[in-house]
Amino acid sequence: MESFTSPTVTQRDQILVEQQVFSIFKTFYDMPPSSQSFMLELQRENHVEYLTNGLKQLGPSFCVLDANRPWICYWILHSIALTDEFVDPELEDNTIDFLSRCQDPNGGYGGGPGQLPHLATTYAAVNSLVTLGGDKALSSINREKLYSFMRQMKDASGGFRMHDGGEIDVRACYTAISVASLLNILDDELVQNVGNYILSCQTYEGGISGEPGSEAHGGYTFCGLATMILINEVNRLDLSSLIDWVVFRQGVEGGFQGRTNKLVDGCYSFWQGGIFALIKRLNSTKGERSIPLGDGEDSTASSDATEESSNKDLSQGGSHSEKGDHHDTSSRVNVDDISHNSSKGHAKVDPLFNSLALQQYILLCSQDLNGGLRDKPGKSRDHYHTCYCLSGLSVCQRSWSEDEDAPPLPRAVLGPYSNLLEPIHPLYNVVLDRYQEAHEFFTGS
Amino acid sequence: MESSEEDGGVPLSRMAEWRDVTPLRQDDGPNPVVPITYKEEFRETMDYFRAIYKADERSPRALRLTRRAIHLNPGNYTVWHFRRLVLEALNTDLDEELDFIQRIANSNSKNYQLWHHRRWVIERLGSNARSKELHLIKSILSLDAKNYHAWSHRQWVLQALGGWEDELDYCRQLLEQDIFNNSAWNQRYFVVTRSPFLGGLPAMRASEVRYSVEAIVVNPNNECPWRYLRGLYKDDIESLVNDREILSICLKVINTKSDYIFALKMLLDLLCYGFQPSQELRDAVVALWTSDTRPLDADLATAICDILEHVDSLRASYWIWRKNKLRIAA
Repeated sequence: MESFTSPTVTQRDQILVEQQVFSIFKTFYDMPPSSQSFMLELQRENHVEYLTNGLKQLGPSFCVLDANRPWICYWILHSIALTDEFVDPELEDNTIDFLSRCQDPNGGYGGGPGQLPHLATTYAAVNSLVTLGGDKALSSINREKLYSFMRQMKDASGGFRMHDGGEIDVRACYTAISVASLLNILDDELVQNVGNYILSCQTYEGGISGEPGSEAHGGYTFCGLATMILINEVNRLDLSSLIDWVVFRQGVEGGFQGRTNKLVDGCYSFWQGGIFALIKRLNSTKGERSIPLGDGEDSTASSDATEESSNKDLSQGGSHSEKGDHHDTSSRVNVDDISHNSSKGHAKVDPLFNSLALQQYILLCSQDLNGGLRDKPGKSRDHYHTCYCLSGLSVCQRSWSEDEDAPPLPRAVLGPYSNLLEPIHPLYNVVLDRYQEAHEFFTGS
Repeated sequence: MESSEEDGGVPLSRMAEWRDVTPLRQDDGPNPVVPITYKEEFRETMDYFRAIYKADERSPRALRLTRRAIHLNPGNYTVWHFRRLVLEALNTDLDEELDFIQRIANSNSKNYQLWHHRRWVIERLGSNARSKELHLIKSILSLDAKNYHAWSHRQWVLQALGGWEDELDYCRQLLEQDIFNNSAWNQRYFVVTRSPFLGGLPAMRASEVRYSVEAIVVNPNNECPWRYLRGLYKDDIESLVNDREILSICLKVINTKSDYIFALKMLLDLLCYGFQPSQELRDAVVALWTSDTRPLDADLATAICDILEHVDSLRASYWIWRKNKLRIAA
């Protein structure tokens, strides 16, 4: 005798979203091909207009983001850069000036002029300036003071506090290490114990949590993985269980959820999708189709020394690549040195996640036809979701590419080929050629 | 607006109390970007805050001012930080502070600063605050059983102040309400592995396996108990491979021929860890394969990858990758 149990909150919420999403998909599939093409178009002009307007003026409801203004700058500038559009030079100048006013004399950037320096707003400000590019923007960053700010935020546990007396979590680690790496001020003092802290945050599910014991979460998993790569300790993580967790975060809608049994959200297109971009880089730098077998073990025959040097290249701020004898250096992709072997260009294996399904979700469900992108149908657009949906879309389009110099094959890009966005550097989430300029600037190479 | 409730909405500039203070304008520069159209009340409050903050005035009126500013923007971590400095300087009653945070939490339960501030207060109040705190977190979770900050805070309270005794039962209650609540499963793992009263994971493993299996029977498509099961054997693969209950539930689900993706996946993982399948298991898997054109691979793990590639087609490329890994390992 079967009894009917009413759906739980999880089931009910999920069904509602699926209904909305599938109704959009059904409408799409029932359309004639010409309408379908339109539906799959990335609404570039509208998005750029929405973004540029935000850079110029924000309404009173943004008071609640008054301590996050460098973030708003980054979300907008990075999104515009992804579409390969230009920001008015005057606006660029104004941004550099504004961010300088957010910079604390003792190092770091706050959420607005006069606010306490904070690691997350520092990350956002630095990424904004890197995205703007140019000597003026890059030289406006006071690296020495920033370094000392970071040293002050460093905690004995290995983690970092977000601000003076602030919270410690994996996000703080990522923002600190990402900025330090980008500005070439990463050293042993900053790196010390970070790996131990992040390792303690990998959960039984395989993903990474914000603090030890908390639930595995897409945002923190991205932050944790990126940080471990940057500090050369990625093999300490159980990569196969991490991968196993993240592939199951992609849902029937095509988009990603942040946690098991939660709802799809466009921003996880980057936080979760970006993990695959990081993994892809890891595999390609080892010079073989090396695949982590489990518990950090690697199936390649390479020695510890070789693995270490290939990891170093991934995170090295320096320009030289360490060429070990064991490597097939011709097929290595060095994070810093991307121009090479353009004949190859494309991976022989498909990405580990369903790139086209994610693109479909982003293009059909996350786009606001008036400009901007959103979490899911029914939610409002905002700059944060615009940034991360577009970043995720860029990752998707490049997910078959081994070589960033070779443009992706048309089949990699859902919708018209004009949907193609600029490639990003997945460790920092800035557009790749802006990263390269900044890298040259800060390492003097 | 809440701050109006607090002060009657009177502009600070018209209050006698603030007459001696010159408000400090925000140094936005001549051409700021991302400028916010501040409402007058907001702008004025922050101008006075900046003045007090710069002067480092840790007074009762400064405390009131931070309250006003927090109501207007609970995300302003500088204000929260300064409020802590003032609370310390004034040696204020922190129980009242909890009430204040509670009011802010009603409309901002996902705000980092608020939860961090709460931790700071509880740290100072000590174990007396414990049961009230656990109770409060419960009420927030009753509105949103997956609130990430609430759960992290709950774990922190348990570790700092104790209160573990009822926690496993709390998890059970939540899972009864919603067996798909992954936060509750995560908390269960937390309690089982860290509670000083339960004897640790090895002692709890058998009963937890049973609990997970019961959950799987009701909803084999629920990812939570499957990952939880795997987690119970985190550092003990040998025991995982030898657990008859896990094997049994995999077989049972596969035999229903429906909702078997996680069961097959578990079986695949077991095979990768060296599990030797029985003929009964092989037959059950083969029975899932309905293609006439292509026979199933003789190697069971490979066969499972092929099946999953078809029934979990969203993840086809992952299953192909898993299959390729099998060849390399061989």
